[in-house]
Amino acid sequence: MAKRIDVSGLHVYYGDFLAVEDVSMTIEPRSVTAFIGSSGCGKSTFLRTLNRMHEVTPGARAEGKVLLDDLDIYGAEVDPVLVRSEIGMVFQKANPFPTMSIYDNVIAGARLNNKRMPKSEADDLVEESLRGANLWEEVKDRLDKPGSGLSGGQQQRLCIARATAVKPSVLLMDEPCSALDPISTLAIEDLIHKLKEDYTIVIVTHNMQQAARVSDRTAFFNLSAPGKPGKLIEMGETNQIFTRPEKKETENYITGRFG
Amino acid sequence: MTTTDSPKAAPPPAGKRRIGDVVFAGLARGSGILILLILAGVAAFLLVQAWPSLMANTSNFLTDQSWDANSRENPSFGVAALAFGTVLAATIALALATPVAIGIALFIVYYAPRRLAATLGYLVDLLAAIPSVVYGLWGMMILAPKLVPVYEGMTRYLGWIPLFAGPASTSARTLLTAGIVLAVMILPIITAMSRDVFQQVPQGHREAALAMGATRWEMIRLAVLPFGKSGIVGGAMLGMGRALGETMAVAMILSPSLAISFDLLQSGNQTIAAHIALQYPEATGYGVSALIAAGLVLFAITLAVNMGARYVVARGNKESA
Amino acid sequence: MSMTTTQPPAPGSEAGSRTELSTGALPRRFPLLLLAGSALVVAGVLAAFSSFGPVAWALLTAVAYTVIIVTASVRVEGGRKAKDRLVTAIVYGCFLLAMAPLVSLLYTVADKGLDRFSPYFLTVSMNGVLPSMDAGGVYHAIVGTLAITGMATLMAVPIGVLTAVYLVEYAQGRLKKVITFFVDVMTGIPSIVAGLFVVALWMMLFGPGKTNGAAGAISLAVLMIPVVVRSSEEMLRLVPQDLREASYALGVPKWRTIVKVVLPTSAAGLTTGIMLAIARVIGETAPLVLTAGSSAVSINWNLFDGQMMNLPVFIFSQFRMGGAVNYERAWAAALTLVLVVMLLFFLARVIGRLFAPKTR
Repeated sequence: MAKRIDVSGLHVYYGDFLAVEDVSMTIEPRSVTAFIGSSGCGKSTFLRTLNRMHEVTPGARAEGKVLLDDLDIYGAEVDPVLVRSEIGMVFQKANPFPTMSIYDNVIAGARLNNKRMPKSEADDLVEESLRGANLWEEVKDRLDKPGSGLSGGQQQRLCIARATAVKPSVLLMDEPCSALDPISTLAIEDLIHKLKEDYTIVIVTHNMQQAARVSDRTAFFNLSAPGKPGKLIEMGETNQIFTRPEKKETENYITGRFG
Repeated sequence: MTTTDSPKAAPPPAGKRRIGDVVFAGLARGSGILILLILAGVAAFLLVQAWPSLMANTSNFLTDQSWDANSRENPSFGVAALAFGTVLAATIALALATPVAIGIALFIVYYAPRRLAATLGYLVDLLAAIPSVVYGLWGMMILAPKLVPVYEGMTRYLGWIPLFAGPASTSARTLLTAGIVLAVMILPIITAMSRDVFQQVPQGHREAALAMGATRWEMIRLAVLPFGKSGIVGGAMLGMGRALGETMAVAMILSPSLAISFDLLQSGNQTIAAHIALQYPEATGYGVSALIAAGLVLFAITLAVNMGARYVVARGNKESA
Repeated sequence: MSMTTTQPPAPGSEAGSRTELSTGALPRRFPLLLLAGSALVVAGVLAAFSSFGPVAWALLTAVAYTVIIVTASVRVEGGRKAKDRLVTAIVYGCFLLAMAPLVSLLYTVADKGLDRFSPYFLTVSMNGVLPSMDAGGVYHAIVGTLAITGMATLMAVPIGVLTAVYLVEYAQGRLKKVITFFVDVMTGIPSIVAGLFVVALWMMLFGPGKTNGAAGAISLAVLMIPVVVRSSEEMLRLVPQDLREASYALGVPKWRTIVKVVLPTSAAGLTTGIMLAIARVIGETAPLVLTAGSSAVSINWNLFDGQMMNLPVFIFSQFRMGGAVNYERAWAAALTLVLVVMLLFFLARVIGRLFAPKTR
């Protein structure tokens, strides 16, 4: 069940350094939201605060509010472990567990909560997740082979299957295609289109054509000056951002790249 | 010959340069070869000097348990009990040290506050800096007396387990005590190897586990331990190699007797290395030669274990590459 | 697709603030308070039975803490969290368990060693001192340790560093593999076997029963060489390739590049490695018992003539004599030896820290 995310007044710090300043935005359910901006502008950092993955980095902390359908994920009683099983993540570099088979990779997260899942239920979940990730037909005959034997694009889809097997409501994708060739990229983009029927999807991308192709709404991040914190400059319908941006900075970035 | 291969290198006086290179390369190469010669020498001299006693031995060197080599006539000695004690002591050390070492490595890499981690790791390394003779002194005079009541308790309540059969030694100078001290001595070795592999676990794998809602322990179970398996096994075997050859701590702690016995809480057993150190000063007749033969057996056992360790580590590196 | 976690509702927490993103959580300070609490209670109970001892206290506190926190966590936070807390407690426990012998050892060595540790002890030998007399010291053993370790270092360092240079800068193919393999083999030689090797060598050269410092030094060198090779190899590999190429491009021949660029760049690392190697062999006892003898009592600076006492063997032989004075001497000598090793260890780290990051 896709959920809405409401961010208000979020600051992210690395130690004393303010990395991202005062972001407020709403991310709609059952849609794809793209974050664009130059490298180091804080969009990936911000993305990681949406499921508290930034806490893995020593010294990183966030201040502000992030509501997942009215529940503050930074609330005092909230357990980051549960936040992450509700808001899944796919990384820039495909990272299937190298010692596990394809099957075990998909089921790994689900097993954490349900140790004694019956075999038939597990089989169903694996098939459902792999089908959902458009990977089933390619791997159904070698589920017991290691996941690291797949191609880069297949590995990335395996990671998506692994993330969806936990049944999250939101999927965060941190430049999921930047290490892939154009054909694999296309396969992932097709998949994103399909996944947005069920999930809220947030994708960070360097590739503006990709943002234009896959997203419904786009948020543009930028540094106010070198060494200064990153900021959300503008957010709106993708169409509007790419054709009639309201801010000069957005227009410069977009035309500069497209130019 | 190996000279500079840079095309830009404008050759200085040609003859001079070549001589310098040849001499230096020769020196370096010579050192490498010298190492091979030393090793060949170790094996050869040991064999040559062990040979007379092995020839004169009236019992089977590999299966006999007694040691009576100090006579000029008809020496009778065998390495069976010693080899057994050696392997048993090292196995105890390994069984005790490996789980603790994994715990320490996890602590340093994933649990300790990051600012303290390096210092705490350094403290563990200090354990490796303490000379084995000091461990022996400590094990015999401090640890053993403390263990006497523990062993008595163990024979009383766990005596039904064959390993812990009574009556417990009243001095606790037993193989288990030696094994405990050996375990402390090899902890830093296993810890260091495990730490290395744990630190090499790609961030991507750890984040993948956390991102699907794993707790810290589940992250370790899913991403860290499978990745570090070969490093842990390799480290454990290197530690065992060290424990097999350790001399002084065992020689000072153990109240020896030559027997094949699984009773860890009773006096008995002896290891090859400790036996050599204790017997050597009093060795006469074929004594020294026989001890050298025992040393060869020790060399062979440690060699096999160390080679196994390198093999496991190398295979693990290949797999994860 | 609802939450798949099925956690029992937390009995103690206020129902209003609970959300489906949170199971019950133990208060942040709870582990620390619990630890302090268990320590106090255990201390009290032990004192009541008048059997207070630091080991029993630490052990029981750890057990009590682990049991309570896991039980509490199972009830409040659920099974997965509880397992996480259990592992956390075990992992911390492993570290503390390893620290226990270190602390006990260092404390005992300092405590018992100081009984006899004095300028007098460090500056006189055992010459003319009967084992049970309340006199004598370790000067002769310090002399022996310096001489033997010094000679071993002089032999092992050139061979070790040059071999490392060969492996990193020159070697290719078969010979490289063979040498690397046998350096590994050499690393695993038990120290007593290194001693036996020299015994065997000496028997062939000089006949049985000849012991002197040089024999001890050779056996230590055999143990030291592989350690020096390994650490030097690692350091030489850290020298960036650009640096070598820059030197070649200036027309400097290869051997001068190594001597003038590669070795100086890695000098700090090499020194650290060598000092750690010295620290390792300076405490070696077994090979020296066999080679340098264990009965010398007087000062002997000559490596090639007669037995030579040294600190580790001194500890061992005093220990074997077994009288009260002998034990005191053994502990004081142990304190001396541990101080020397620690000093080497710290110096090695300091040198490594201060001078290492010259490149990049």
